[in-house]
Amino acid sequence: MSTDTNPGPGITGDAAATDAKQRNKRARQVLFGCAAFTVLTTLAIFFVLIDNAVSYFYGARATEMIFLGVEPQSAVGLIEFLNVRELLAGEARWAPEHATPSHNAWPIIFGTLAITVGAAFVSIPIGTATALYVSEYASPQVRSKLKPTLEVLAGIPTIVYGYFAIAFINPVVLGPIAGLFGINIGRYSMLSGMLVVGIMTIPMVSSISEDAMQAVPDDLRNGAYALGATKYDVSVSVVTPAAISGIFASYILAVSRAIGETMAVTLAAGFNANITANPFSEIMTMTAYMVSMARGTSAIGTIEYQSLFAVGLVLFCMTLVMNLLNDWFKRRFQEEYR
Amino acid sequence: MSTSEDSLITTEVSSERTGRSDRPDETVLAARDLDVYYGDERALASVDVEIPEHKVTAIIGPSGCGKSTFLRCINRMNDQIAVCRVDGDLSFHGKNVYDDDVDPVALRRRVGMVFQKPNPFPKSIYDNVAYGLRIQGFDGDMDARVEEALRGAALWDEVKDQLDSSGLDLSGGQQQRLCIARAIAPDPEVILMDEPTSALDPVAASKIEDLIDELAEQYTVVIVTHNMQQAARISDKTAVFLTGGKLVEFNETAKVFENPDEPRVEEYITGKFG
Repeated sequence: MSTDTNPGPGITGDAAATDAKQRNKRARQVLFGCAAFTVLTTLAIFFVLIDNAVSYFYGARATEMIFLGVEPQSAVGLIEFLNVRELLAGEARWAPEHATPSHNAWPIIFGTLAITVGAAFVSIPIGTATALYVSEYASPQVRSKLKPTLEVLAGIPTIVYGYFAIAFINPVVLGPIAGLFGINIGRYSMLSGMLVVGIMTIPMVSSISEDAMQAVPDDLRNGAYALGATKYDVSVSVVTPAAISGIFASYILAVSRAIGETMAVTLAAGFNANITANPFSEIMTMTAYMVSMARGTSAIGTIEYQSLFAVGLVLFCMTLVMNLLNDWFKRRFQEEYR
Repeated sequence: MSTSEDSLITTEVSSERTGRSDRPDETVLAARDLDVYYGDERALASVDVEIPEHKVTAIIGPSGCGKSTFLRCINRMNDQIAVCRVDGDLSFHGKNVYDDDVDPVALRRRVGMVFQKPNPFPKSIYDNVAYGLRIQGFDGDMDARVEEALRGAALWDEVKDQLDSSGLDLSGGQQQRLCIARAIAPDPEVILMDEPTSALDPVAASKIEDLIDELAEQYTVVIVTHNMQQAARISDKTAVFLTGGKLVEFNETAKVFENPDEPRVEEYITGKFG
């Protein structure tokens, strides 16, 4: 056979192959650009948050101190901001704009925590039960109607939930109950905030938990049914434990959402920062404070205004803790199926 | 379980096999004119069969012939499939399991099942074995029952020091024996096995085969298998299903493999089709 110097459409690549390679390269650059944009935005937000929060505590932003040589001066001390002694004495007061200002953040931290815990008591049991029903009990017809309904619930704008609370939950549902205890309910109440945020986050718990339950292999269900398990046995002792990491993730997401929830909770729970055990009284969450401050009359750069960023930083830390908790739980409990 | 654990372990396989075959048949399960449909498709057509007590009955046939469907009829696992419809009679000790007053949950407590793919729960080895007893409200000596079941499944010596570790950490063959232990722990009468060795390597499969032979001392075993050598090795009786969900031959295993009545069965067994 004679030696062929031209290997034909061989392995060195022709124009089409070069084109394809170029396209692939451009696609890679565009995708990387988008991913980098997301990361940079997050970093920028975090940077602005910390930079401004520093000025709340030291009278000047971190960048001003570093680049313009502004001397730090003590503004609001961290001890003042999170004064536990005042909290325990029942004297904690959050009123940065008051004639005699007070910068103890515990009342609004309490507001956020109370709403979050109260909402979790609504969303976790109802959401989990809904997920179990949809995943294990419902017939395909019922499931095909229930799932879109839950998605609609998840898609309602939060402001609408806020009006639902202010126009219905508080006056119609809670008003008469408060009346039984001889309490005159105002326009806002802590309980109304808990309920509305709880209802808002049910779809989050139910849809993510249901996805986790659906991912449990049918082999496991059949194994249990073959042992004479009822649907209840299978749901409680096979599906739920096998899906636990996903179910827990849904709880974390719902709680994170409740911590950061703003519009509905502002309209439901109100603007009066106080620590109280009375569920019918008005309280203020951190987010509600930030709304009222941002649209208030304080000049940008004043200590009152900069408190926005300090409170924002606390919120950020809370949700960060939830994320870390989620990661830890995932690593600890995720099951490997073969 | 009535038999002592010693007899389960020291059984001499070949002699016991003969002993078992000599016993007169007593029918535990009987299908009469059994039809199964998936929607409009007929999966089983007029099946008549009588499955004897304390013997191994193998069900063989080509893919899609209805072997597994028949097995899943016995403990009503087909109830899980919405489009599945069963006509005719399938009786367990003379009682039709498709009668209205039969509770499938109660039925499955007397008819255990082992699946093709090992499916241990993501729980500890101990909890896997104890599962059936727990849901049945057993409140006796659980440790003893778990040990007995694991010995019965020839797994005890391998796992006795790691009962708290996850069942998913075991090898495939061990997982399948764990599933057998799980099935026998509540002490059912019948054990259904749906190709229990097809996902295993040959060594693990042969352990399961030895085990099946021992299990037949105490339980009635019905096993679906793709592997004709396996059916010939381990079963006392063999049922051959051919395409269309028809049971074409049911007889002593030796007879079916050496001198089948149906020419089509001979063709299938000798590998002419299927």
